[in-house]
Amino acid sequence: MAGLETPELAAAAVAGGADSIEIGFPFSDPLADGPAIRRAAERALTAGMGTAACLDCLRRTRARVAVPLVPMTYSALLEAYGWERFASDAELAGAASLIIADLPADERPELRRVQLVAPTSTDERIALAAARTDGWLYLVTLTGTTGARRELSPALEPLVERVRRLTAVPLYAGFGISTPSQAAAAAELTDGVVVGSAALAAAEEGASALERFVASLRAALS
Amino acid sequence: MSVGLFGGYGGRYVPETLIPALDELTSGWEAAKADADFRAELDSLLERYVGRPTPLDEAARFAPTGKRILLKREDLCHTGAHKINNTVGQALLAVRLGKRRVVAETGAGQHGVAAATVCARFGLDCVVHMGAEDMRRQRPNVDRMRLLGAEVRPVEFGTKTLKEATSEAIRDWIANVDMTYYMIGSCVGPHPYPAIVRELQAVIGREAREQVVEKLERLPDAVVACVGGGSNAIGLFAGFLDDRSVRLVGVEAEGAASLVAGRTAVIHGSLSSVLADADGQILDAHSISAGLDYPGVGPEHAYLRDTGRAEYVTATDVEALAAFRSLAATEGILPALEPAHALARALDLDAEVILVGLSGRGDKDLAEVLAH
Repeated sequence: MAGLETPELAAAAVAGGADSIEIGFPFSDPLADGPAIRRAAERALTAGMGTAACLDCLRRTRARVAVPLVPMTYSALLEAYGWERFASDAELAGAASLIIADLPADERPELRRVQLVAPTSTDERIALAAARTDGWLYLVTLTGTTGARRELSPALEPLVERVRRLTAVPLYAGFGISTPSQAAAAAELTDGVVVGSAALAAAEEGASALERFVASLRAALS
Repeated sequence: MSVGLFGGYGGRYVPETLIPALDELTSGWEAAKADADFRAELDSLLERYVGRPTPLDEAARFAPTGKRILLKREDLCHTGAHKINNTVGQALLAVRLGKRRVVAETGAGQHGVAAATVCARFGLDCVVHMGAEDMRRQRPNVDRMRLLGAEVRPVEFGTKTLKEATSEAIRDWIANVDMTYYMIGSCVGPHPYPAIVRELQAVIGREAREQVVEKLERLPDAVVACVGGGSNAIGLFAGFLDDRSVRLVGVEAEGAASLVAGRTAVIHGSLSSVLADADGQILDAHSISAGLDYPGVGPEHAYLRDTGRAEYVTATDVEALAAFRSLAATEGILPALEPAHALARALDLDAEVILVGLSGRGDKDLAEVLAH
């Protein structure tokens, strides 16, 4: 979640072995998020992380680390800022792409972004999302919101099978992946993993804790 | 947005996980509407179970001199408000779609009660998400829902009112989408919900128009209804949209005036007029009446406002309380605090013959009224 410490935390994550960083731009009513990210968003908003501050955070993080940075947010922020203006200002600030959690794949095709597919997605929608996605396809592993889960979702494997039949685009799995063994299991099936809530929790303990956590994920993936 | 547009408002701003469910709902609804058996079963329930048609009655003592005020008595529906017009229809749809579990949000509790009611009638599991603050100020409805067999889950974060309850209901739906039907309470949310709720509540307007023409042999000058999410208003307005001589007046709570004081923003899956800041962050609404305490509004209302077909004004907590007391004393009717806002503006509206949507009864509001 975007904040004053983001550049330092991003550096710690990269030191731990992260290949890219998602930076959450907080929204007051995040439908796709469970309690951990929702609470982090609330704190960020209370700390003044409006859209301009988030773009500034992105800029400062860009100056600190070399890996791709991807803002993740909700349609409401782009509607208020201006869709094209947000896309271009984010790019200028150093964004490699965007993830919009509540913008369906068939909407606003001109907005370059990483598309999401879920276990409930039809083959038709998967094909469309894959055709329109920017770089990689985000596989939401479970039918639910973000948040740590005890087990890797059993819905991931059948979803990957379906998606692989429809596209050759790189697939990264996310939502509910919180431990090194879950990450390893997900990475067996896909080309990468996205870890959100668990990383947020580690980050709450500080940059070193985050670096250690990311390093444990990296070790499990090697 | 390519689907569900009211002149640019509306749409489906939801995570991908919900799109297949919304597609299923859309096609299920289209099929149901075209099915004569569905229509017949719905009409039969509205008559036998809900108690329709509801009366249109004149409030001669309440009305100021020189004005005629007619009340469309949705407070006389089973469960005491118009909400049940929507829940019987959506329950039939849920059964038709093979869902066994219903999730709903509620503000004042009237939609929650109406949802619990139909779920009991149809043997569906019912989970209602309700803000902890609303649970405190609308206690009788909480008790009612539980007695009807519903599980009421308190929402303990944020404003602890309808905004958070709606978000939690949607999250619940996302997590349980295969077996769960999301029974939304107003003409808000992602397409096709605003259209479904409007079409189910349109029975209010159809009846009211027939009744007023029969009774007065003329159309009213104005039709007035309170607007929270906007369902009773859109239902009442629907009967008169093509009657250009009839003014359509929506009354919002002053502290929750999404149409009067809001801006275009995304809330709960829909683009509409919202109390939001310049970044699109949704703000808190404030109203003495839980049912109006919502920072958003149905997208069709935003469209009606922009085209000038409907006008939107506000009433304060104090005015609503005064209108409550006045109707009680002059007509022997205790209105819900929500339509008390409509009554307040009807009293000073520059029109002679005014039809007011009395969307619910005030039993749930006794404690709140007595405390002020």
